[in-house]
Amino acid sequence: MAETLFPNVNWDRMWGATVDTLYMSAISVVATFLIGAILGLLLFLTATDNIWGNKLIHVVLSAVVNIFRSIPFIILIVLLIPFTKIIVGSMIGKNAALPALIIGSAPFYARMVEIGLREIDKGVIEAARSMGAKTTTIIWKVLLPESMPALVSGITVTAIALVSYTAMAGVIGAGGLGNLAYLEGFQRGRSDVTLMATIIILIIVFLIQIIGDSITRKLDKR
Amino acid sequence: MITIKKARKIYPSKKGEVKAVDDVNLEVKEGEIFGVIGYSGAGKSTLIRMLNGLEIPTSGSVIVAGREVSKIKGAELRKARQEISMIFQHFNLLWSRTVADNIAFPLEIAGVPKAERDKRVKELISLVGLDGRGDAYPSQLSGGQKQRVGIARALANNPKVLLGDEATSALDPQTTDQILDLLVDINKRLGLTIVLITHEMHVIRKICHRVAVMEGGRIVETGHVLDVFKNPQQPITKRFVQQVTEPEETKETVDHLLDRYPHGRVIQLTFVGEGVEQPLITNLIRKFEITVTIVQGKISQTQNGSYGILFIHLDGEEEELDNAITFIGQHEVGVEVISNG
Ligand SMILES: Nc1ncnc2c1ncn2[C@@H]1O[C@H](COP(=O)(O)OP(=O)(O)OP(=O)(O)O)[C@@H](O)[C@H]1O
Ligand SMILES: [Mg+2]
Repeated sequence: MAETLFPNVNWDRMWGATVDTLYMSAISVVATFLIGAILGLLLFLTATDNIWGNKLIHVVLSAVVNIFRSIPFIILIVLLIPFTKIIVGSMIGKNAALPALIIGSAPFYARMVEIGLREIDKGVIEAARSMGAKTTTIIWKVLLPESMPALVSGITVTAIALVSYTAMAGVIGAGGLGNLAYLEGFQRGRSDVTLMATIIILIIVFLIQIIGDSITRKLDKR
Repeated sequence: MITIKKARKIYPSKKGEVKAVDDVNLEVKEGEIFGVIGYSGAGKSTLIRMLNGLEIPTSGSVIVAGREVSKIKGAELRKARQEISMIFQHFNLLWSRTVADNIAFPLEIAGVPKAERDKRVKELISLVGLDGRGDAYPSQLSGGQKQRVGIARALANNPKVLLGDEATSALDPQTTDQILDLLVDINKRLGLTIVLITHEMHVIRKICHRVAVMEGGRIVETGHVLDVFKNPQQPITKRFVQQVTEPEETKETVDHLLDRYPHGRVIQLTFVGEGVEQPLITNLIRKFEITVTIVQGKISQTQNGSYGILFIHLDGEEEELDNAITFIGQHEVGVEVISNG
């Protein structure tokens, strides 16, 4: 059945590409989560009238985040070629996509984190302060847990965006399903390969959405 | 327990500066329930927030439980805050934590070990009457129950002072009374000093020993609650006192009465403490040739005694009326002739 519908698909290579896509997505999601959360916290805390209120740091951080968030991903990859060559050593293969994926999505996620944190009731932060909590305690025991549903639903959206970024990165040399679909599917006119790669990407996206939504729902006790 | 000297808080604003708190001096004794009442924008929240260092006075000093809260910073201030806890109008519970974990939060901050924390949380849950609800989340509780969690949380580290900023303003009247009863109970049982901010005279009347009236950042009147009820000095204080002593319809009723009885006099009697229990009306009717009609009355309980207001209509010969009024004046009762018929 699969042979007739997808005559040109080499299943071993399809599987290998899927693993590469999952690898690129997973690493970049984890890194984006960590970097984005830190940046988002800094954006939130340095806002005037907040705990670390500091206009200069806030403005600079905000500007950097906005710039990187606005650069189209495909252009970002090109801009980052010299940087990638230094830290990864090559422009080909699955690792080559990681710097661009992370730098492209961490600022995007940082904004979501900041918005999530701003939605926390100011009174709760004040209550923690009135109990004598240190800033680190407030971060770990108030800010992060209270905004966790927003952080998780934000990383879900970001993860989905990252899966499609990996496909784009594939076109210019990084591995994965995008690469396979472009080289074997599009360039050789084998549309069944493109179709299969698309189906797998869709399945990955749906799974991320379902998992993300169910975790968000579990966490949200409001 | 609390001494505020010449405290001032000035906020810069576009239209010049806002004097949120203006030259306030205040003394609260240990074990006292002290109320601060005022309308919106009077500076009450700013004042109470100075007591735990959430607000630093522009000038003046604030000393709570032997520490100059207005001066200390960092670790010392955080330590002080564990002894000066606060409850809030909107409860400010962490929705991501259960009731038990919310109550455990200040204990975690204070570095209490887990086993001890669990034990203390159990005690507190029972103290505020929430047995069996430890695993519930705040979203599953009523407002009154949420405030009980807030109170348990505030008591966790055995504070010396409890501050309440409009702690009952988001609750219905019945729940308000339950929470107020709980506060009185805690005050008696633990000898805790309590400072409450409110715009409802009902709260002051029901649980406070002393009261300060705030207007425009200043304290315009202070005193024992009963004295303030008996003899309010400032117009704003009179208005607050009327909130609880005079039923809304009083004025209408009195007007109506003056129309109906063109003769005689309508008199407002004010009873305080002992005075409430005298058989005054009986004596009036026995001793004088007059008729007495009771128009309206209300007795309120305060922490330092009862306080009552009674409107009566007297009719009879002019001379007899004068004698009766003089007679009333000889007792511990305030008399005010509203209008001659
Ligand atoms: N952070 C601030 N910056 C500028 N002005 C402020 C600030 N906080 C309070 N004010 C001003 O100080 C005055 C007193 O405010 P405060 O909140 O203490 O009043 P309140 O008596 O608690 O009123 P309410 O009953 O409405 O809570 C108000 O005029 C308010 O606008
Ligand atoms: Mg207020």
